[in-house]
Amino acid sequence: MADIDGTMAAEPALDLTPETGLRHLWRALADIADGCRMWRLGCTLGWLDIKLRYRGSILGPLWLTVSTAVMVAAIGSVYGALFHMELHHYLPFLSISLVLWGYVSGIAGDGCQVFTRAAGLIQAARIPFTVHAIRSVVRNALVLAHNLAVIIVVFAVFRLMPAHLLAEIPVLALWAIDSLALSLALGVLGTRFRDIPPIIGSLLQIAFFVTPIMWEPGLIFAGRQYMLLNPFYPLFEILRGPLMGEVPRLSIWIAAGGYSVVLWVVTLLLFSRLRSRLAYWV
Amino acid sequence: MAGIDVRDLRIAFPLYHGNARSLKKRLGRAISGRLEHDARDRVVVRALNGLSFSLRPGERLGLIGRNGAGKTTLLRALAGIYEPVEGRVTVRGRVGALLDTNLGMIGDLTGRENIRLRCLFTGMAANALAQVERDVQEFAELGAFLDLPIRTYSSGMQVRLAFGLATATRPQILLMDEWFMAGDAAFMGRAKARLEGLVSGAEILVISTHQPEILATWCTRVLWMDQGHIRMDGPPDAVLPAYLGLEKAGT
Repeated sequence: MADIDGTMAAEPALDLTPETGLRHLWRALADIADGCRMWRLGCTLGWLDIKLRYRGSILGPLWLTVSTAVMVAAIGSVYGALFHMELHHYLPFLSISLVLWGYVSGIAGDGCQVFTRAAGLIQAARIPFTVHAIRSVVRNALVLAHNLAVIIVVFAVFRLMPAHLLAEIPVLALWAIDSLALSLALGVLGTRFRDIPPIIGSLLQIAFFVTPIMWEPGLIFAGRQYMLLNPFYPLFEILRGPLMGEVPRLSIWIAAGGYSVVLWVVTLLLFSRLRSRLAYWV
Repeated sequence: MAGIDVRDLRIAFPLYHGNARSLKKRLGRAISGRLEHDARDRVVVRALNGLSFSLRPGERLGLIGRNGAGKTTLLRALAGIYEPVEGRVTVRGRVGALLDTNLGMIGDLTGRENIRLRCLFTGMAANALAQVERDVQEFAELGAFLDLPIRTYSSGMQVRLAFGLATATRPQILLMDEWFMAGDAAFMGRAKARLEGLVSGAEILVISTHQPEILATWCTRVLWMDQGHIRMDGPPDAVLPAYLGLEKAGT
């Protein structure tokens, strides 16, 4: 960041005036770029969040893995029996879905509070607001990494190999930048309107049931064409499908890309309009 | 050249008390078609009201005034934390801000880990870290405590660590709130020596305090603030007697 970077040769300057027109957008983009340049800070803070949360606990962050494993086993046996599913297909599907959903609800839930929780840091020095969003993404990605063990064990138990692993790399990149956008957008909204966290909480609950997480998309016959209206569906499909050995059809890829673009446009509008006010609100 | 230029700076805090901050009210207004009144309905607290001044290298500015005069807000505005609602703030030079007692430090981390974290905050190069660590260790005189979590520190030790850290990065402009006066007498002596070193390198200091003797010895210029305005601006021996005289008359 230019104004406090001690290593820069040129003298840093800070020139602040009320923003008008396009300056909103340039400042917001500069904040995102500066924040990404300080990725080491964001990563360290996210990592410390996990490390300090589990300090003094015997299993430590493995508790994350254990609780996910218990949930997959419990839901898998109950719903597998209810839906008359074959476990060697249903459990791998369910483990991926639940782990990914845990990540999404973590990003959305923490997202509402990325700035309000960092009030002390925000009022102590000028650092890019994006750093706080990166911190939340890193923290949730670390939780996700711990939960991967559950998926690996399930795949191993049923002697399955995840197919198309290479296809996952660009998809993971898309998930990462979408997570950042969601954290920024919800963070800005949650700072200004303190009702946002409970609203997001109940929306997530609805999304959990209407998105194919516990049930497979193939189970639905009536209203199938409306499923693409749920933004979570294509984004889940492009990550889960290749792992399960099914390459999603083109419309799903397009929908996933389209929703990501919409998310970023909305985020940039919100963030550029409200960024300079965040310090006043936290 | 380091420098600070403030023109017609206005800062106002919106007050969203009670449910005024909630979506309910917003939506209620939108539905009843009164959304256009929103900007005027908003209650704002004017913290800074049209401030103008400039600082050149070597100037040591003291901010004085009663509680609520806007001293901390002005420091935060100079640090770029509060962006102006009106007016302009131009700051040339690396800024070190000692505004918050904890400086973003985490109580469960050791002093050494916090030093590393602080270096990340300031975007410092990795090879400068070892030097900063040595410098802070020497100045803060924490001994073995440097490897203990900082929540085990006394408040004086925390202040020494924070002060050492904020001044180790050699900011060209140092913004300081008065909290760091919590140190003992020996610390104050060394803090002063360290600050003198920073300021003598043609840097700028802006310090907010209630203690006139600090201003008299450390500052070359005093800004007397009152309810977000500049009441008086001049050398300490001109402003301080006026301020103290009025304070006495007031009590």
